[in-house]
Amino acid sequence: MSNVLDHLKYAESHEWIDPTTPEAAPVGISDHAQDEIQDVVYLELPELGRVVEKGEAIAVVESVKSANDIYAPVGGEIVEINEPLGEAPELINTDPYGEGWIFKLKIADASELQALDDATAYSAKIG
Amino acid sequence: MADLTDIQISPLDSRHRELGARMLPFAGWEMPIQYEGIVAEHNAVRNSLGIFDISHMGQVEISGVDSEKWLNGLLTNDVSALEDNGGQYTLMLNEGGGVIDDLILYREAADRFFLVVNASKIDEDVAWLTQNLTEGIELKNYSDDFGAFAIQGPAAESAWEKVTAEWGALPPRNGIVRLENGRIIACRTGYTGEDGFEFFAPNAEIGKWWDAFVSAGAKPCGLGSRDSLRLEKCYPLNGSDLDPDHSPLEAGLGFFVKLEKGCEFTGSDVLKKQKTEGLSQRLVAIQVIGKAPPPRHGYGVADPATGEQISELTSGGLSPTLGKGIGLTYVPVGLTKIGTQLEIDVRGRRFPCEVVKKPMV
Repeated sequence: MSNVLDHLKYAESHEWIDPTTPEAAPVGISDHAQDEIQDVVYLELPELGRVVEKGEAIAVVESVKSANDIYAPVGGEIVEINEPLGEAPELINTDPYGEGWIFKLKIADASELQALDDATAYSAKIG
Repeated sequence: MADLTDIQISPLDSRHRELGARMLPFAGWEMPIQYEGIVAEHNAVRNSLGIFDISHMGQVEISGVDSEKWLNGLLTNDVSALEDNGGQYTLMLNEGGGVIDDLILYREAADRFFLVVNASKIDEDVAWLTQNLTEGIELKNYSDDFGAFAIQGPAAESAWEKVTAEWGALPPRNGIVRLENGRIIACRTGYTGEDGFEFFAPNAEIGKWWDAFVSAGAKPCGLGSRDSLRLEKCYPLNGSDLDPDHSPLEAGLGFFVKLEKGCEFTGSDVLKKQKTEGLSQRLVAIQVIGKAPPPRHGYGVADPATGEQISELTSGGLSPTLGKGIGLTYVPVGLTKIGTQLEIDVRGRRFPCEVVKKPMV
């Protein structure tokens, strides 16, 4: 059973965002997504300072078998990158909601968060 | 010919689902890609023992007194070099010397041969053989009747002994043996570079034997690790590394092409010409230098000296054993030397790689 954390919001493409710190909201992929992808071996991280729109492909998580695009769950500016992930991409598998965060977004428009799923809705989807 | 929209289901399907496998369509079959994970499965085969469902693969029996001569005219290897219960890797070519399929041919008797062919090529192979059929040769396609699995890894022989004490020893490398009144066939071969065998049994019986080998310590492995294992050993995948536009000489499979076997075979004139005039391209193995995304099938390959793209990867992936990106690609002969520096194009960015020795592991 995949782990879903209550305080996060989830995109249909399985990214999570922590809306409690909107000036620098961490974004990663859900436990369910890391379990689907498995064996993450490489990360293509976005550039710091890039301004992205909701749904824009901004990072790539590569497993042994496939390259998976990571989309911005909401629009904003990338204000921090989890650099250590470059050397330890397996953190996405071992700690997807903790050390496996990928970047932090300064959320441009908080109303975009409403379109995301809360933990209950997301859990139901991945059932 | 099966309706192409029909997805075929392996007789081992329920076992895969019980084990929580991720299933994907492959060559018209719903097959397990992985169970626990590609890396864990890969390492199990290199270090101990794995079991792969290969029920999708095809089996064809050829019989008749002139079988040997007939097959020798259609296949690249020398069929006359086979003795009873021996096998050989061989290729079936088109008139242009390009590859239709790579397969393994076993001689069960002087007038009876058993062919194991790629799942995606069963219909094409059978059509080609039928089209070339001569009087006195009988062709039987048993592909729908057999379920099959491959047992691969250094512990293969001990698992065989554990499961089947009354069956005697495993056949020697490339050998074939029939068991249980001929209903079951075991062939000492595989696609991982490790010791092992392929095991064919009627659909209704295959599950029982799968369970027996799993109990004897074989870890269920999916097509994902099958691909990474074969790629490390530079075994070509038909449809990717082999195709109708490339000859087996260009693919580096000259050892399995016997131009001097005493008879012509389909495509032999083209291969002889290639040999005399020299090849223009060859399939080489590449390894990524430094940190880079895993190379994948279809990625561009460039010559850094000119900046031009020269080819595409026919196979690519991360080698769990080496911890590096590896791949195969056809390049012009001037760029085939070990150590030649090339670049792969990943989403518009170029990463250095070099030509390395085959096999890579």
